[in-house]
Amino acid sequence: MLGRQTMDHEHLASLYRQMLLIRRLEEEAARAYAMGKIGGFLHLYIGQEAVGVGACATLTRDDYVVTTYRDHGIAIAKGMAPGAMMAELYGKATGCSGGLGGSMHMFDKPNNMLGGHGIIGGHIPLGVGAAFASKYNKDGRVTLCFFGDGAVSIQGFHEGVSLAALWKLPIVFICENNEYSMGTPLSRTLSQTDVSLKAVGYGIPHDRFFATDVLEVEQRIGQAVERARNESMPTLVEVRTYRFRGHSMSDPGKYRTAAELEEQKQKDPLIQARLKLELGWDAAKLAALEASVEAEVEAAVKFAEDSPEPDASVLEPTTYDGPFAS
Amino acid sequence: MTQMNMVQAINSALRHEMKRDDRVVVLGEDVGKVGGVFRVTQGLFDEFGDDRVIDTPLSEGGIIGCAIGMALYGLVPVPEIQFSDFIFPAYDQIVSELAKFRYRSGGEYPSKLVIRTPVGGGIRGGHYHSQSPESLFIHVAGLKVVCPSNPHDAKGLLLASIRDPDPVLFFEPKRIYRAAKGDVPDEDYTVPIGKAAISREGKHVTMIAWGAMLYEALAAADQAAEQGVDCEVIDLRTLWPVDIDTIIESVKKTGRVVVVHEAPKTCGFGAELIALINEKAFLHLEAPPVRVTGFDTPFPYTLENEYLPLAHRILPAVLETARY
Ligand SMILES: Cc1ncc(C[n+]2csc(CCOP(=O)(O)OP(=O)(O)O)c2C)c(N)n1
Ligand SMILES: [Mg+2]
Repeated sequence: MLGRQTMDHEHLASLYRQMLLIRRLEEEAARAYAMGKIGGFLHLYIGQEAVGVGACATLTRDDYVVTTYRDHGIAIAKGMAPGAMMAELYGKATGCSGGLGGSMHMFDKPNNMLGGHGIIGGHIPLGVGAAFASKYNKDGRVTLCFFGDGAVSIQGFHEGVSLAALWKLPIVFICENNEYSMGTPLSRTLSQTDVSLKAVGYGIPHDRFFATDVLEVEQRIGQAVERARNESMPTLVEVRTYRFRGHSMSDPGKYRTAAELEEQKQKDPLIQARLKLELGWDAAKLAALEASVEAEVEAAVKFAEDSPEPDASVLEPTTYDGPFAS
Repeated sequence: MTQMNMVQAINSALRHEMKRDDRVVVLGEDVGKVGGVFRVTQGLFDEFGDDRVIDTPLSEGGIIGCAIGMALYGLVPVPEIQFSDFIFPAYDQIVSELAKFRYRSGGEYPSKLVIRTPVGGGIRGGHYHSQSPESLFIHVAGLKVVCPSNPHDAKGLLLASIRDPDPVLFFEPKRIYRAAKGDVPDEDYTVPIGKAAISREGKHVTMIAWGAMLYEALAAADQAAEQGVDCEVIDLRTLWPVDIDTIIESVKKTGRVVVVHEAPKTCGFGAELIALINEKAFLHLEAPPVRVTGFDTPFPYTLENEYLPLAHRILPAVLETARY
């Protein structure tokens, strides 16, 4: 009994470590953005880490993940090296997309991370195609396809879910419902705000829950992943969550009240996980874990700072004769 | 006259026309309560209410398709597409329905609306917040395409677009949304669609530009002048129907042409402009027409200042053309 509890804490600690790593990397990214070292668009995952970390904990390295532009956390949870992520944000040649993509383009082939995607809904049929290929190849892999609550109004969502349901593909659709699509609350853009019910029309299973406890996310997504792996049956899962920062760095978030934000921060899944570890795990181990995260974040920032910019020669045609030929 | 930037001028045109004509409605993502991501529709929701300033779900195909239906019924919708990079889910509606409605219905249903959308680079937006897709719309018969470079023209052209009987794509260069300032008349006025402006007179080289790149062409012209090359700079303002007469008149005078645009070179609008110049003024040319454009790659996140045809890339092309 005691042994099992210790084991659970070890596991929780590994999930906490990933959540903390993501949180700290993004806090540093926000700082670099404020200093002009990162430009353009930077959509932070802060507050939502339990979704990506809990969900990716159910996967093997070979399983596929595809997501939106809010992609840093999910890429890290799928195994991307923090340095490659940070360098991409800095627009450096050592970034995962050679510095030419930036924040919304986190690709990592060794970990089957099929990218962040900037066009809402565009990636959902792509995830379905990956799941089709898994079924075709009988390789037992599962695809997790993440998207925001805003995406369920666009064609790509419906086309994707419709095909996956028809062809019974090994995929889990994960709607990260953070209640807002940019500055507009879900209640003003959806007639039925229970997103999971969209599954009914396509005849596939669905689930809906809050992402306060990363272990619960892991367990609930795990059920859908097993269904995909063992029965080749897709599931639509709506995970209720909240982003603590604005939509992107340029959004002060004036469309929501300070009280609402404060209430949500009380439920911060990162803090919840830490409280459990404080109560049931070794304090020295916890301190060491947090110190190791700090070191990893520092190394990632240094790697990005020290890396070179891409050379202007990459502005040649991008057919297979161009610089991306391989 | 009031001093305004582009955002204020466009906002003022929308407000003016909504007051004047209650068939005009605005719709799009975050255009209502929030006032749009660039704040172009700020205040309209409070002034005109949620049945005329409509927050839509994230659904470009739905926004444009629905706007087409509104127009068939006689409303005058002015939908906003948040960035022109996000217009493609609606491209089917624009190409298959909007552009052909008048023709297909034998003129019975003039589906008329104005699609406003920010365009171009300059904010380090990378692949999906920087593109210039104008030629993809110019190529589609049935559409008019407009791209102003200053607040006066922005307001006057938007009013003309809303009153025009054809569908109009109204591209707003986001790089100069706040940077371009100028006096804007308070009273009713329009800037005619299909009429270019000569922004600078000169006799050695004709430069053709529009939107944010106009300022780069003008800067290059100043630098060229220091080296004795006198450039004429044409601000197209309307891309289609293009004011070919103004262009040809200038080319007949200079015999030398440099076209500047942000979009990739291949099949960009510059190709069509140069084809027209060859057709109409071939024997007046003293040098091969030149294009200074974006590269034939996706718009990169880094190297933005290399990718864009800024003055440092325009000047050498102008000097080479002048000395050819
Ligand atoms: C086709 C398309 N239209 C518009 C946009 C602009 N846009 C980017 S994010 C966003 C809101 C998305 O909200 P949601 O799906 O809830 O995801 P969240 O940002 O909350 O994670 C919008 C409108 C886009 N990227 N793609
Ligand atoms: Mg959302």
